[in-house]
Amino acid sequence: MTKVLMKGNEALAEGALLAGCRAFFGYPITPSSEIAEYMARKMPKMGRTFLQAESELAAINMVYGAAATGNRVMTASSGPGISLKQEGISFLAEAELPSLIVNISRGGPGLGGIQPAQSDYFQATRGGGHGDYHIIVLAPSGVQEMMDFAMQGFDLADHYRIPVMIMAEGTLGQMMEPIIVREPVTDLPPKPWATTGCKGRKPNIINTLHLSPEFLEERNLHLQHKYKLIQEREAKAETFMVEDADLVVAAFGLMSRIAKRAVMDARQKGIKVGLIRPVTLWPFPEKAFQEAAEHVSKFLSVEISMGQMVEDIRLAVNGRVPVEFYGRIGLIPNPEEITRQIMKIAQQEGWV
Amino acid sequence: MAEKQILFAGFGGQGVLSMAQFLAHAALSAGMHVTWVPSYGAEMRGGTANCLVTISDREISSPLTENPLMAVILNRPSLDKFESRIKPNGTLVLNTSMVDRRPQRTDLEILEMPMNEVAEEIGNPRGANMILLGAYLQKTQVVQVDQALQYFEVIFKGKSQEIIERNREAFLAGVQYAQNNW
Repeated sequence: MTKVLMKGNEALAEGALLAGCRAFFGYPITPSSEIAEYMARKMPKMGRTFLQAESELAAINMVYGAAATGNRVMTASSGPGISLKQEGISFLAEAELPSLIVNISRGGPGLGGIQPAQSDYFQATRGGGHGDYHIIVLAPSGVQEMMDFAMQGFDLADHYRIPVMIMAEGTLGQMMEPIIVREPVTDLPPKPWATTGCKGRKPNIINTLHLSPEFLEERNLHLQHKYKLIQEREAKAETFMVEDADLVVAAFGLMSRIAKRAVMDARQKGIKVGLIRPVTLWPFPEKAFQEAAEHVSKFLSVEISMGQMVEDIRLAVNGRVPVEFYGRIGLIPNPEEITRQIMKIAQQEGWV
Repeated sequence: MAEKQILFAGFGGQGVLSMAQFLAHAALSAGMHVTWVPSYGAEMRGGTANCLVTISDREISSPLTENPLMAVILNRPSLDKFESRIKPNGTLVLNTSMVDRRPQRTDLEILEMPMNEVAEEIGNPRGANMILLGAYLQKTQVVQVDQALQYFEVIFKGKSQEIIERNREAFLAGVQYAQNNW
């Protein structure tokens, strides 16, 4: 199979097109803009719709409208833009409209900077907008996965009727790696709920206003039931050298590959250390951590933030094992830096 | 081949990203694993730009490092910033046209070329970065020169034949420079 060298943002955009994305609505922001640029170049030629909205708010509401027609649609932005989209995402979640939302993330709070970050983890995994909802959050670790997760993201979105977010550090959007370009998807699932014109059938109504207290509760219980199912079926993690580990490092996204290097280097120094990489951030792969907690003496969460995923690990292991944290923002921790953290813990624990 | 990480750094507009991209394409064409990570920021012409390329015969875990094995440095601010970070006994390739001091490290293999003057001499000032890259590959064989040459058409896909030839000419001038001087 011939591989082509592609930028993460472009691979993601191409993946979305291969998955049959019919419309893209967005507003440019660094470091996500190449996605919109790629779509602007490609989509009109394919007879599909690229639209630069007047704002992020408009873009996410266009996603709502277009998703309601049963088409595969998406938007992409970065931190500050994703914040602006939260109201719309809450609406998408309640209306159960399948859609793909991409956050090529940068450091906040506020306008922050344009350097890569993972500090939108809370926003992504806790719902972000108002109300009791979740969206599926996928965290790719390389350019191939930028393409693959875009495709899988649409499938998950359609299957569960849920917005899916891909969250990747800015660096992953900007970096290039050789990838295998996948085959286009030809069979899309039917969407009998979509508003496609009701001639000859009962009208489909897509609405999020529920003034009846009983019906509001019913809707919420329905969503919770769906979320539970997703938690049972879709939580995903990759593990590396965890079996005999005393210490397990946890990291997601591109950061997980940097951490993997550090784990390999620390193994060379004789430290029994492994890695858990959550692939889905929501649902959080609790099981991987609970199983490891049976035999490890410590976890170390490494993030490009001031400490967010570390809370989910603590919830997962529920006090059984201490969970430490190392993170930076503005700069990405280097493998050498993480190895030093591992060695520091190894010294404290008396392993060296 | 063990994993090699090569840092390219200079002013924006010197062709830092594109020479690194050429190397990434050449490595891919030669069947190796490769990653290309640009520093992206509020960069502009005249600002600083750098880019890290990792090449390996195995799957690459981290595309980032604190200590690259080799650094190709095109200007003085980049030398000041990155000299201390190169791996012990690593390689430092210097564009002496834009660097007015000697490196302080004594453990490094130092390869110097007045890149801009050489480019002027052969009447190809815009190909300066490719001259240095040709020389660098000839000396280090990070990717075989023959292989890189073979894939010129692939690497510059979509560019005019004239641009491809100008770049090839510059690259070969660099190969020759390395043979004569390094």
